[in-house]
Amino acid sequence: MSITRDEVAHLARLARLSLADAELGHLAAQLDQIISAVARVQEVTAEDVPPTSHAVPLTNVFRPDQVAPCLTAQEALAAAPAVEQQRFRVPRILAED
Amino acid sequence: MTAGLTSMTAAEMAAAIASGEVSAVEVTQAHLDRIAAVDGQVHAFLHVAAGQALAAARAVDAKRAAGDALGLLGGVPIAVKDVFATADMPTTCGSRILDGWQPPYESTVTGRLRAAGAIPLGKTNMDEFAMGSSTENSAFGPSHNPWDLTRVPGGSSGGSSAAVAAFEAPLATGTDTGGSIRQPAAVCGIVGVKPTYGGSSRYGVVAFASSLDTPGPLARTVLDAALLHEAMSGHDPCDSTSIDAPVPPVVAAARQADVEGMRIGVVTELGGEGYEPGVLARFSEAVELLESLGAKIVEVSCPHFAYALPAYYLIAPSECSSNLARFDAMRYGLRSGDDGTRSAEEVMSITRGEGFGAEVKRRIILGAYALSSGYYDAYYGKAQQVRTLVIRDFDAAFGQADVLISPSTPTTAFKIGERADDPMAMYLADLCTIPSDLAGNAALSVPCGLAPENGLPVGLQIMAPVLADDRTYRVGAAVEAALHDRWGHPLLAEAPEL
Amino acid sequence: MTETLVSFDAATGRYDPVIGLETHVELGTASKMFCGCPASFGAEPNTQVCPVCLGLPGSLPVVNAVAIESAIRIGLALNCAIASWCRFARKNYFYPDMPKNFQISQYDEPLCTNGWLDVTIHPEGAPPQQIRVEIERVHLEEDTGKTQHMGGATGRIHGADYSLVDYNRAGIPLVEIVTKPITGTGPLAPLAARAYVAELRDLLRALGVSDVRMEEGSLRCDVNTSIAPKGSDRWGTRTETKNVNSLRSVERSVRFEIERQAALLDAGHRIVLETRHFHEDSGITTPGRSKEEAQDYRYFPEPDLVPVAPPADWVETLRAALPELPSARRARFQSEWNLSDHDMAALTNAGALDLVAETVAAGAPPEARKWWLGPILERANAQGSTLPGLATLAGISKLGAHGEVLTPERALAWHVARVDELVADGKLNDKLARQVLDGVLAGEGSPDEVIATRGLAIVSDDTALLAAIDEAIAAKPDIAQKIRDGKTAAAGVFVGAVMKATRGQADAARVRELILQRLQ
Repeated sequence: MSITRDEVAHLARLARLSLADAELGHLAAQLDQIISAVARVQEVTAEDVPPTSHAVPLTNVFRPDQVAPCLTAQEALAAAPAVEQQRFRVPRILAED
Repeated sequence: MTAGLTSMTAAEMAAAIASGEVSAVEVTQAHLDRIAAVDGQVHAFLHVAAGQALAAARAVDAKRAAGDALGLLGGVPIAVKDVFATADMPTTCGSRILDGWQPPYESTVTGRLRAAGAIPLGKTNMDEFAMGSSTENSAFGPSHNPWDLTRVPGGSSGGSSAAVAAFEAPLATGTDTGGSIRQPAAVCGIVGVKPTYGGSSRYGVVAFASSLDTPGPLARTVLDAALLHEAMSGHDPCDSTSIDAPVPPVVAAARQADVEGMRIGVVTELGGEGYEPGVLARFSEAVELLESLGAKIVEVSCPHFAYALPAYYLIAPSECSSNLARFDAMRYGLRSGDDGTRSAEEVMSITRGEGFGAEVKRRIILGAYALSSGYYDAYYGKAQQVRTLVIRDFDAAFGQADVLISPSTPTTAFKIGERADDPMAMYLADLCTIPSDLAGNAALSVPCGLAPENGLPVGLQIMAPVLADDRTYRVGAAVEAALHDRWGHPLLAEAPEL
Repeated sequence: MTETLVSFDAATGRYDPVIGLETHVELGTASKMFCGCPASFGAEPNTQVCPVCLGLPGSLPVVNAVAIESAIRIGLALNCAIASWCRFARKNYFYPDMPKNFQISQYDEPLCTNGWLDVTIHPEGAPPQQIRVEIERVHLEEDTGKTQHMGGATGRIHGADYSLVDYNRAGIPLVEIVTKPITGTGPLAPLAARAYVAELRDLLRALGVSDVRMEEGSLRCDVNTSIAPKGSDRWGTRTETKNVNSLRSVERSVRFEIERQAALLDAGHRIVLETRHFHEDSGITTPGRSKEEAQDYRYFPEPDLVPVAPPADWVETLRAALPELPSARRARFQSEWNLSDHDMAALTNAGALDLVAETVAAGAPPEARKWWLGPILERANAQGSTLPGLATLAGISKLGAHGEVLTPERALAWHVARVDELVADGKLNDKLARQVLDGVLAGEGSPDEVIATRGLAIVSDDTALLAAIDEAIAAKPDIAQKIRDGKTAAAGVFVGAVMKATRGQADAARVRELILQRLQ
């Protein structure tokens, strides 16, 4: 067993995914299989091998500190599920970070 | 006349419109008619923008009447994968969570295509957020392979490949993260190209896996793909990973179409067990063909390609788990379960639980797992090292060969539903395409015949070093021309009537 | 909410505090960290946003060159090593004020590391003490949007019905400056924390990288505090007090945490590793999220950005162009003005250093500081303001030598220099000078205008003075006789009378001289 149902439930909470019980069970079984398969990367001996995060190595890509046009508030808010006082209205927030 | 217009190549259409032989409006209308006639069966499109397309076509015709230059793709219709942000069409990425979302901005690629005179017909179906190899992960139902409507058109750019193969559009854009352009192109019998990573801008392309996502062309001919490649590519200051270098001379290479004296490497590891006999048979014939055209065939070994698939299924889900966090019901898209009492956290979870399909959820959780403290080094970290080893394998192989070749996919198009709940089987569809995504180099898939056992298209993959995209076009065009000579017609002529 | 506390003296008698500070500074760039939206403060909600800072699907960040440059300059000013290669990383957690639900930050590869800042603490009734605060790292990240909590009784997050989010602030460049643990300050820990933040603020201001306004949130502090029994070789469990937004609050929050933690340890309880919130009104901290159930942020290198590798010659160019930093400047002033440590401390504590420097720049001698530390400071204290604040409050304006509009602080400094000049020239005495300064601070104009309007010039016309002297002598002939007999000390009586008659506008020394001449 590479991943337990409880671990999957924890990760789902972390990723803000509400899952029904049956879905959780199904997913846990599939993920167990997938993780066993991808764990093959650990067979590679790669002690001195640097990790690659960007396939094409570029550095120092900057933009000048210049102001560019913004969206209008109307454009910014057009797709919002709820708007009030020209702000995005969101459900109550539980606790500050 | 209408049927004639839709069967022309993009190059022919552009020439005919430029010369005044046909109008852009006629060409556009012909394609809209074709969509109306066949898309009920194919379901390539999620959104058809007939009015806007005709308006854009009229503008091209007006430019011509005024004597202005029309651009590389002046008046040529194009289908746009629904992952590109378009300011005048919804952008859903095949997901319920973005159903109906209208971006307030335009992607760099579609902006450039419009500037080159291309006429966007609409948005094509895709696996949700580009995760899949069949379009079955679309929240809006699968697309169908024009060669056999009971089979998948590949994915994730399956709507685009189906639209082009069904003559609903001569050109389409796609994105390739693990093979999402080349695999659907191969199983639909058309040409699909993953340019060098950073060669085409990701700005306005809804991200799946940022370090892998590469927009690219789908077309019926290598030259058409090259024209689209040229029109959509080039440096973009809005994308930090965009390469500030000239677009490789792909159009010239597609016209050159010769392999005399080229060293072509056959990758030992991409073949054998797990590959359909018909795929291997057509691939062997392609190797012989290339040799007969004057290429020098060499065997190359890329031992770490065996780890490319597992590394990919750690890297791509990790990036996706973070990229897709923004779909949270707060600023745009679906909001579910907001009854006035629930917290933002609960509404986010309910919305994401309802709004994402099973594959997206699997990958988000897999990615969260691979990035977790305690697992990072063993999974994500190790996968990044494998990525280095894959790049080194390519470097060594490109020391021995100008291009590398392999089958584009291990199998031909599979039946809709066949792999739907078997993620591991589905993931194998990208076995041959993933190495080039990890290494960022250029790769093209060109049709190389039909598998004898089922009469379905097989693709030949041609891989070239970073920024040597032109080599893939040169070889692809040579194969295309030689096979055309052998068959006396393009492969798609053998597809059944819709 | 009541907490059992131990008095501060008792707490620091038994326990040694260790503090650490994480300071977030909003850079004063024209545009945001990763997009071209303005980074300015105070616009209408959601009018300074674009696809990038709203985190819209498909948008991509591009790094602001000036933000990198500013962070490097901060690192250099803090004596840090500048990384030759580093990356941005994503910090993943869900929060409605964060458009992408990850923050682009830096994790294990910060831009600047291992620096220090020398800080002087001024304990009351003891000589100033200098400590070296070690800097762990300086890195760049992006700010979040602003949330307003609606409904409920308090307008606070707890009990709110819903919230409203404005993303104008989202994506403004933030520099985070993290100290290493600051040990060995004992009962001076609260003052040390305060002095560090004040010194850092002055340094950032001198660099011109931020407006460092704590009240507007462009400089925000998280303060870590732990205590351990004296002599213990292990540190205690720390708490992290978030968003402490004034110098006074920095000091108070450390003080409160020391008292609170001492009470818990005395009672045999343990300290919980947690985030706490400081309340400006009551001066206490209350618990926030427990760090023990803290999120796993799943950091990984930001794939949408490429590594930053500042070329060494660029870094050296920036180093060479650093302005004079506050500590060097203070040392220079102390030596140029020939001040004792005590005098220097008085100037620093009163926030008068820059003002005196301006006054000296306007031509006055360093001794002119007495006006700032005397009458002007008295007035600032009486109004509950500060020296720089007072100048702004009075709305003082003046054009400079080249017709430019001076800041209120500079304008006031020029006026003070003029008053000092008038006194030196004998045109004003100390008493009149105070009245002139009162007039200037009341917005009545320049010193010369105040003198003219209020009629405050010294009476230097001897004829007028002699008339007053003769009148005084006539009124007290017996005293006049004593003076004639050589008891010149008695002249003070006439001086007082003449000063009274001229309503203080005479030069007392000159009056005395004339009286003695008259009676010889």
